Amino acid sequence: MTSNIMIDLKNISKSFGRTSVLENMNLYIRENEFLTLLGPSGCGKTTTLRIIVGFETPSEGNVIFAGKDITNVPPYERQVNTVFQKYALFPHLDVYENIAFGLKIKKMDKAEIRQKVTDVLKLVNLSGFEKRGVDSLSGGQQQRIAIARALVNEPKVLLLDEPLGALDLKLRKEMQIELKNIQKRVGITFIYVTHDQEEALTMSDTIVVMNEGLIQQIGTPVDIYNEPKNAFVAKFIGESNILPGIMHRDFLVEFQGVQFPCVDKGFAPMEPVEVVIRPEDIIMTEASKGQLTGLVEEVTFKGVHYEMVVDVQGFKYLIQSTAMAPAGETIGMKILPDSIHIMKRGEAS
Amino acid sequence: MKKVAYPYVMWMVIFILVPLFLVVYFAFTTGDSKNYDTFTFSLDNFRRFLSPIYLEVMTRSLLLSVISTFICFILGYPIAYIIANKRSAKMRNNMILLFVIPMWMNFLLRTYAWLTILGKNGIINTFLNFLGFESLELLYNSGSVILGMVYNFLPFMVLPIYSVLVKMDRKLIEAAEDLGASRSTIFRRVIFPLSLPGVMTGFTMVFTPAVSTFIISNLLGGNKTTLIGNVIEQQFIYTGDWHFGSTMSIILMGIILLVMAITNKGGGDLEGGRGALW
Repeated sequence: MTSNIMIDLKNISKSFGRTSVLENMNLYIRENEFLTLLGPSGCGKTTTLRIIVGFETPSEGNVIFAGKDITNVPPYERQVNTVFQKYALFPHLDVYENIAFGLKIKKMDKAEIRQKVTDVLKLVNLSGFEKRGVDSLSGGQQQRIAIARALVNEPKVLLLDEPLGALDLKLRKEMQIELKNIQKRVGITFIYVTHDQEEALTMSDTIVVMNEGLIQQIGTPVDIYNEPKNAFVAKFIGESNILPGIMHRDFLVEFQGVQFPCVDKGFAPMEPVEVVIRPEDIIMTEASKGQLTGLVEEVTFKGVHYEMVVDVQGFKYLIQSTAMAPAGETIGMKILPDSIHIMKRGEAS
Repeated sequence: MKKVAYPYVMWMVIFILVPLFLVVYFAFTTGDSKNYDTFTFSLDNFRRFLSPIYLEVMTRSLLLSVISTFICFILGYPIAYIIANKRSAKMRNNMILLFVIPMWMNFLLRTYAWLTILGKNGIINTFLNFLGFESLELLYNSGSVILGMVYNFLPFMVLPIYSVLVKMDRKLIEAAEDLGASRSTIFRRVIFPLSLPGVMTGFTMVFTPAVSTFIISNLLGGNKTTLIGNVIEQQFIYTGDWHFGSTMSIILMGIILLVMAITNKGGGDLEGGRGALW
């Protein structure tokens, strides 16, 4: 990678009292990158964000910003701005005053402030809203104002703390695309915190999956989805069938008493492994033509596809398919070599 | 109207509307207070009020209560701010309790206590004499009346400001900090403006009892600092002129309403009209 490192978190640990929230975290964030911190609540993602903003000081470790150590610099002197979870717009100020807040503190020229506010409102598609009270805006509009208020200060890094959490599904999808567009247009680093894996996959250049204060995996959305490093990542990003297997040799794995050709290698002969198969990668066939045979137990219609639970020797597979087999029917299942992902056994779970 | 509301409506009619109507009725009539047949409509009482004696008393009442309200604000805001910023909820509740406990004691008793502190042979003067200084005239002047008002009404300023401050969204403060505001700027541009509704409520809650009090001025003010409350009390209890007493009550009510309207307008604009007293 050629682009410069914007933020470098070195050996960051943080504990509140006796509870450890982050353990020896190392992470660098590049310029112009859309990076997402993804994980369940309590995984330390918000704490990481607050350490970057300066609302929290790490118990150990350093925060390096554009080559300078800013571990002990107060938030108001950092070149980052935040979009808060519930917007945190100032209720006593109108839209214009909210956006101009940061610029006025910098004692910027009045005409210049006016120009910048107009421009940023255009960027978030809310031109002409200057005189509106923030209470009169919808959730989506308030969110855009919050983004505008942060962006108008031209930060090097924009931090977003679950900013779409309070919006309904449709609006959330629209805002995801819009956020990505805004990021491309302004060309700065976005650090996005969310627990929504789909949101992370849609928008990010890089996803950092976190759990219990530890980074589980760092990678592009495609990497994270297709090559989960451990069972936690596999389960957290989308749905998966995870079952124990034995790696006979390179490119050959056995599970449920059947040998499957696969694309993984580099394991010891007969090494016990874990096998990950995505529900949409299992192909349904006639009972006699499959590599595995199973009994359909449940069928749920999900709109785009059907979701079926199929029992094979006691293991319940989750299958997603546009075709449907009714409950009680015996079906065959085929899995292509590149649909099988092998993980080392025991890398967390 | 729902049926459950009837008792409350009855209550309001019997204990608020009827007495209010009677006060207005008395204010606009003259005659022998004990004999309804002698009542005649008249504006004489209002004319009588416009004489210098009463205007002076009224001005003094307003001045002393405005000063007291202002002192309560100067003292009360920092107190409320400090308590509201305590991290532990238990600590906050205990500190607020300390301000409320004196209010559980009888108002008269609390005010009497100052007599024994400020009096000629009171604690302060005894101490001064002990140190070899002359006794001071601490009682029966404007200062002692203001002291009594501030002492008695300070909690009414602290509590509403505290309750606004303690409920303030901490995210707003973080947002301001994030946008580059230092601590003093955050206070000036976010915390104080957002606490104004509490301040306005505090103003009203201190000013209203202060401007109409007669006990404090009776005990601590002596004859030189007669307030409008004392004059009204005299009309009802000693002179027996209920008509003139009612007139002054109505005028005082009008002034209080006017002050409330002005303060609430100031606070209401900033807050979109929510949380105002009326």
